[in-house]
Amino acid sequence: MTVTEAPNVAGAIETIESHLHPKPSFDLADHPVPTGREEVWRFTPLHRIGALLGEGPDAGAVAVEVEAPDGVRVETAVRGQSPRGDVLVPGDRTAALADSAAAEATVVRILANAELAEPVRIHLTGTDASARSARVHVIVAEPHSKATVVLRHTGSAQVLENVEIDVRDGANLTVVSLQNWDDDALHAGEQTARVGRDATYRHVNVTFGGSVVRLHTNLYYEGTGGDAELFGLYFADAGQHLEHRLFVDHNAPHTRSNVDYRGALQGKGAHSVWVGDVLIRKVAEGIETYESNKNLVLTEGARADSVPNLEIETGEIAGAGHSSTTGRFDDEHLFYLTSRGIDPVEARRLVVMGFFVDIIRRIGVDDVEAGLIAEVERELAAATVGAAPAASVEE
Amino acid sequence: MSLVINDLHVDVLTEEGPKQILKGVNLTINPGEVHAIMGPNGSGKSTLAYALAGHPKYQITSGTVTLDGTELNELAVHERARAGLFLAMQYPVEVPGVSVANFLRTAKTAIDGEAPKVRTWVKEVNGAMSDLGLDPSFSSRSLNEGFSGGEKKRAEIVQLQLLQPKYAVLDETDSGLDIDALRVVADGVNRFTAQGDRGVLLITHYTRILNYIKPDFVHVYVDGRVVDEGGSELAESLEVTGYDAYVAASRAHA
Repeated sequence: MTVTEAPNVAGAIETIESHLHPKPSFDLADHPVPTGREEVWRFTPLHRIGALLGEGPDAGAVAVEVEAPDGVRVETAVRGQSPRGDVLVPGDRTAALADSAAAEATVVRILANAELAEPVRIHLTGTDASARSARVHVIVAEPHSKATVVLRHTGSAQVLENVEIDVRDGANLTVVSLQNWDDDALHAGEQTARVGRDATYRHVNVTFGGSVVRLHTNLYYEGTGGDAELFGLYFADAGQHLEHRLFVDHNAPHTRSNVDYRGALQGKGAHSVWVGDVLIRKVAEGIETYESNKNLVLTEGARADSVPNLEIETGEIAGAGHSSTTGRFDDEHLFYLTSRGIDPVEARRLVVMGFFVDIIRRIGVDDVEAGLIAEVERELAAATVGAAPAASVEE
Repeated sequence: MSLVINDLHVDVLTEEGPKQILKGVNLTINPGEVHAIMGPNGSGKSTLAYALAGHPKYQITSGTVTLDGTELNELAVHERARAGLFLAMQYPVEVPGVSVANFLRTAKTAIDGEAPKVRTWVKEVNGAMSDLGLDPSFSSRSLNEGFSGGEKKRAEIVQLQLLQPKYAVLDETDSGLDIDALRVVADGVNRFTAQGDRGVLLITHYTRILNYIKPDFVHVYVDGRVVDEGGSELAESLEVTGYDAYVAASRAHA
């Protein structure tokens, strides 16, 4: 294992400051404890994540296990040791805390030109809901490699986690992050990718579990021709707060990004937040971007916040757009489907599966796709317990 | 064996509370019969359709509906459909994300209690689409989403043809159709009734569709009650006289 000292990367990465994306920094002093009035924190129930905001050590409450096929090298890196810190500079307090408390990062390196037959699987298991854990993972897809990496979060803990993803020139990388936490887990995460010249990157976030989950998914480019797709699925039940914040920084010309997040909500107090920021810099001529967020509200009492933002500094672009829709599965949908003999549970299943299936099909990992379908089924089955009978009327 | 509506009283639930719409409807539809219900706007025609199918906003306060001996009042919406009732809706709902093909297969499976035969089903679906003048590509589209008014009505009759209920209620299926679409839709209904053992309740505001679908009985509704009944000749006289006389008579009674 070669150890190289990282340069002062915080200074090396050009950043644009804005209320939408505060200046990244490794220094905790640059990230004061949020009050809830900040733009980036205003949707988050801070009183529920106090355990994630104070300084503290890693209590080791998340076990890490890596399954790596041939063509992959698994290493570790301490703070300041490349490739750790090459790509991700903490964008908020929780990411800065994750970095400062995580002594050793797990580094997964997909070797140049390797085409993996099987996904790399990183199993992250929370072992104590009342203990805090800080984790940093680094994924490097070396030039012209082709791989899928699945991060699977299960169990429960108070989790601070950074994932930095370096997609080198010509590489093709898919990262799937499954948040299948137990109901009491807290998770603040930042996953930042740098997409190299002519590289292809797909990121899929799937958040079904956890009490409060707040994830940043960031992306920038290191050359022309980078192509990135960010997909997401979430399913918020009663009392769950699931927050996804995306930041696509088009800092290179002729790059492409596509964001498609879909969420279903059911139950009292179910809350989802989606904030999608796309920055098109002056230099980023000829780029193309689209971001979309769709929410499907299945019951009363659930709330979906959806905020798309586009900051455009050049007019010389191929295309830029966004859309945000929130639909309701209401009595009329239910009546129509059930009037054709379909029972209410099946009707709900049809609609939710139809809503999610486009994204699920794009994951491309068979067992993950099958697992997701089973998970959606489970969520739907849970929803019908105590749900209003078909014949009742709500005024 | 028949669809029997006996002294049916129905309230519609509004924001201001329940409002009585049907005030004692009696109707028996035997297999093989086509009944037309005609009446002005607000007479309760659509209320009857929704109440039969079990829409949650329409509550039966007294009276009964039985389908071949099975009482429908207490059955959930999907159970009524499985018992053999079908409602072609005036305003079919758009269901994003659910493909027509998937919906039809799921509905057919639910009604029959077993999945349709893979080998013949797709052919059957495409055949029904083509009978109703819909391109087979409609199969892969989201249910009713972005369909024109006429396409939605054609799709309702595609469902009628594929699901093969015992009794079909057609709620203003003719409204908003141009003459070509009206013919195609009427042909679909006539193919259904030509089987000889199916009952049809055709709810309409206009007499136009009755040029294409011959009713055995015509019932005129005003203010939640039947005010006149007869054969298809009654529709012809309505064409000339309209509903005004009935409405005036009903007001005089009230």
